[in-house]
Amino acid sequence: MKALVWHGTTDIRCDSVPDPQIEHPRDAIIKVTSCAICGSDLHLYDHFMPGMKSGDIMGHETMGEVVEVGSETKGKLKVGDRVVIPFTIICGECDQCKRGNFSVCERTNRNGHIAAKAFGHATAGLFGYTHLTGGYAGGQAEYLRVPFADATHIKVPDGIPDEKLLFLSDIFPTGWQAAVQCDIQPDDTVAIWGAGPVGQMAIRSAILLGAKQVVAIDRIPERLAMAEAGGAITINFDEESVIERLNELTNGKGPEKCIDSVGMEAHAAGTVDAMYDRVKQATMMETDRPHVLREMAYVCRPAGTLSVPGVYGGLLDKIPFGAIMNKGLTIRTGQTHVNRWTDDLLRRIEEGQIDPSFVITHTVGLEEGPEMYKIFRDKQDGCVKVVLKP
Amino acid sequence: MRYETERTRRRGHADTATDTLARGLGIFSIALGIMEVAAPRTLARALGMKGQEGLIAGYGLREIATGIGILASKDPTPWIWGRVAGDALDLATLATALEGKNPKKENVGIAMAAVAGVTALDVYCAQTLSRESPHPLPPMQDYSDRTGFPRGVEQSRGAASDFEVPRDFRAPEAMRPYTQPDLPQRPMPSM
Repeated sequence: MKALVWHGTTDIRCDSVPDPQIEHPRDAIIKVTSCAICGSDLHLYDHFMPGMKSGDIMGHETMGEVVEVGSETKGKLKVGDRVVIPFTIICGECDQCKRGNFSVCERTNRNGHIAAKAFGHATAGLFGYTHLTGGYAGGQAEYLRVPFADATHIKVPDGIPDEKLLFLSDIFPTGWQAAVQCDIQPDDTVAIWGAGPVGQMAIRSAILLGAKQVVAIDRIPERLAMAEAGGAITINFDEESVIERLNELTNGKGPEKCIDSVGMEAHAAGTVDAMYDRVKQATMMETDRPHVLREMAYVCRPAGTLSVPGVYGGLLDKIPFGAIMNKGLTIRTGQTHVNRWTDDLLRRIEEGQIDPSFVITHTVGLEEGPEMYKIFRDKQDGCVKVVLKP
Repeated sequence: MRYETERTRRRGHADTATDTLARGLGIFSIALGIMEVAAPRTLARALGMKGQEGLIAGYGLREIATGIGILASKDPTPWIWGRVAGDALDLATLATALEGKNPKKENVGIAMAAVAGVTALDVYCAQTLSRESPHPLPPMQDYSDRTGFPRGVEQSRGAASDFEVPRDFRAPEAMRPYTQPDLPQRPMPSM
């Protein structure tokens, strides 16, 4: 089959690789009908996340049709089912899964001992996202092997196009969880850093959850226009001071809720801390560039909440914990517990409350995937979200 | 990676960060020029260049003109190259002050090091502008109709109010907003 394969820093190719096989009775194989490139894939493309090996298949936003099932998936999944595959692989049986904390499933990361060395404990297995999370093949391919498939799937009905459903795999529930983590109240101002795909979903989620005011912060005009279309007030951080504008919009009190949908590769040209991060990262003295975390901690209203769906990988420098502690801020983070939200979100799509396909700007074949990684990374051609059709 | 804004579209199509750097250099140029025009005698004394006050004031006028050119022009590229040429002139003039028995040679060395630093920044900025400006980015895509809400934004605000935030995701009670009707607040006591 054809698949997008990681070969090294900024080197992804569309290769021919062996078809996946059932390896365990709980496995299923799906024929991929649509998959997408995620912003967090760019951390692998640029090789900021450790643990990739040449030959790894990329991708964790995938949907398709079940073409083969293992003997232990019977009753839960059958050939012909239409499914979206959540990016977190879940067993559905461990203590964390029973609590709905699916992204920290205790059993699906087959390299849990490596993750435990880095993070203290293992987190869930993920598709196509380094050997720290299990080294599972990803879904930017013609076929995908789904481990623990009896639990790791979202059944979706026929009659709704892939484009409306695909993002149940990651960015829609991720934006939703980011907003839910804020416990939004009707008087809240929610400030969202980053108007990429997750930021766009977080904006829509915050509006659906009834925030009085949603503010989106970015520098790319197309993304800001899309954020504005979704009901956000926009701040272009290249043209005005984020902190001054947020204080102005909140009568000097700061936003109650702040969402970081940027993560480890913040671009904040011109600020002293951003230059500092660049130097430290280039000299391998820092893994991440946490400009957004610093800004959020500074501007958030006392007793407010910082919600962090943006991906961070390691050790962060100069985090103003004094501000966080003295202002009594709550920090909520985590990879998304996808299946915890998807029944509810699928209903909202079916009822027409939201149509997540608004975010798609490019649809191409798998062969064009490597080029699209570059275009997406460089934010060329107004690229916000790429869907691949194998 | 390159971003254009309305401002940079008007000013030679450079990346916004490069344009910001150019503007910074323009402001610096004017500030330095004003200093040279306003206090040529002080500068000449500090550098051991007595008798060259007129030259310093002239250089100040050059700096002011270049700075205005950078800030006001449609394309700052030639003006930044102009700064590079001016830097070379400054360095050459300062080098003459190293000759002979100038007691302020140490100050001259410091000044030359500072000019060299600014020159590096000028050269970087000029080269980047020259690379970027001839290649404008394609027109912006129009995403202003991509609401994501089939029923419109205002109809959708609060549409998910039936959603109950799970207990483990709720803000602690003490950190929730005060929901009772507004009570009159007494003015802040003066301390």
